[in-house]
Amino acid sequence: MIQFLQKLGAKTLNRVAAVGRAGQLLSQSLIAKPAPMMMLPLLIRQLYFIGVLSLVIIIVSGLFIGMVLGLQGYTILVDYGSEQAVGQMVALSLVRELAPVVTALLFAGRAGSAVTAEIGLMKATEQLACYEMIGVDPMRRIIAPRLWAGFISMPLLSMIFAIVGIWGGSLVAVDWLGIFSGSFWANMQASVSFSEDVLNGVIKSLVFGFVVIWIAVFQGNDCVPTSEGISQATTRTVVYSSLAILGLDFLLTAMMFGDF
Amino acid sequence: MRIRALEISVGALILAGMLALVALAINVSGLNLSQKGGGYTVYARFDNIGGLTERAKVSMSGVQIGQVSAIRIDRKRLMAEVEMQIFDDVDYLSIDSSAQILTAGLLGEKYIGITPGFEDDLLENGMTIEDTQSALVLEEIVGKFLFNKVSE
Repeated sequence: MIQFLQKLGAKTLNRVAAVGRAGQLLSQSLIAKPAPMMMLPLLIRQLYFIGVLSLVIIIVSGLFIGMVLGLQGYTILVDYGSEQAVGQMVALSLVRELAPVVTALLFAGRAGSAVTAEIGLMKATEQLACYEMIGVDPMRRIIAPRLWAGFISMPLLSMIFAIVGIWGGSLVAVDWLGIFSGSFWANMQASVSFSEDVLNGVIKSLVFGFVVIWIAVFQGNDCVPTSEGISQATTRTVVYSSLAILGLDFLLTAMMFGDF
Repeated sequence: MRIRALEISVGALILAGMLALVALAINVSGLNLSQKGGGYTVYARFDNIGGLTERAKVSMSGVQIGQVSAIRIDRKRLMAEVEMQIFDDVDYLSIDSSAQILTAGLLGEKYIGITPGFEDDLLENGMTIEDTQSALVLEEIVGKFLFNKVSE
């Protein structure tokens, strides 16, 4: 009994300490004034690895998700004789929910895990310690560019996902199933509002991007510097970010679209 | 050379993201930056607007000639008053034109249909369309039908 209590207490303390360390990491790397001239090449490099290289998976999955939505929506709506509403359904579900959430999940798997593994390996091979030895702050040099790159590229990727998905939906609905393209787009435009739907989607993707990259960077910096520790940290990045994304999504949706 | 290719690809990513946002704004949500601010205002009063919203289309023979800019209750007559912006180039609506609230398809959005009249005098800024027909509300129709059945 006592042992159980002790285990529980130790675990709780560990978790709380981890949250504290994560906050510390965030404040140190963001508040540490980055020298812009030094920072820019590093940031561009990270934008390339985190953003550009994620582009292919985002575009392909966006296309397929849009096409599936178009097909599923059509088979249901055609029963009610309102298959023109497919455009509206595809656009609303993509812009409000699927684009931010699915992009963030893919982003966690594609970029988040890579960042964790990279930083973890740097720690295990004592590169981070080396930077500190020669007087370069690893927070600035390693952590900050990755945080910013994730934060910047996530909304961009999410927008691209949405637009590709809508294009995929129109491909199926208009070109394949033969819905009149005029009513497809007009229904969509009449029901999607820029400030309500598109901007809220952008806000969601900003929040998700921030959370995912924060978790990834923290897990990398905080891992046990062994090969086993790195593998555990990578797993934790994917699991924690996925859970955080889905939980936060419910919260944000309730705040944005729930009337209360 | 390596760093240049890298920078170009990052630039392309950012450009693509921005373009996607613009496309979402204009193509998907139908945001109209060049709001046809011009155009004149015409009013119409309805007994029941039944789900008409602001930014709804105003059309004649199916062609859009304006949009609904405001909806409020006329306090004196206790009717719904709809304010419409009609495009400037539509300068051929006579004062006895009639307005009715229609539905696009079975489940589509509500819009206002204008039927032109025969007078020579034209509608001008701030005038009111007198001849109106309210939205068909399904519950009322069903109610009337039941009432008739019972009284038979």
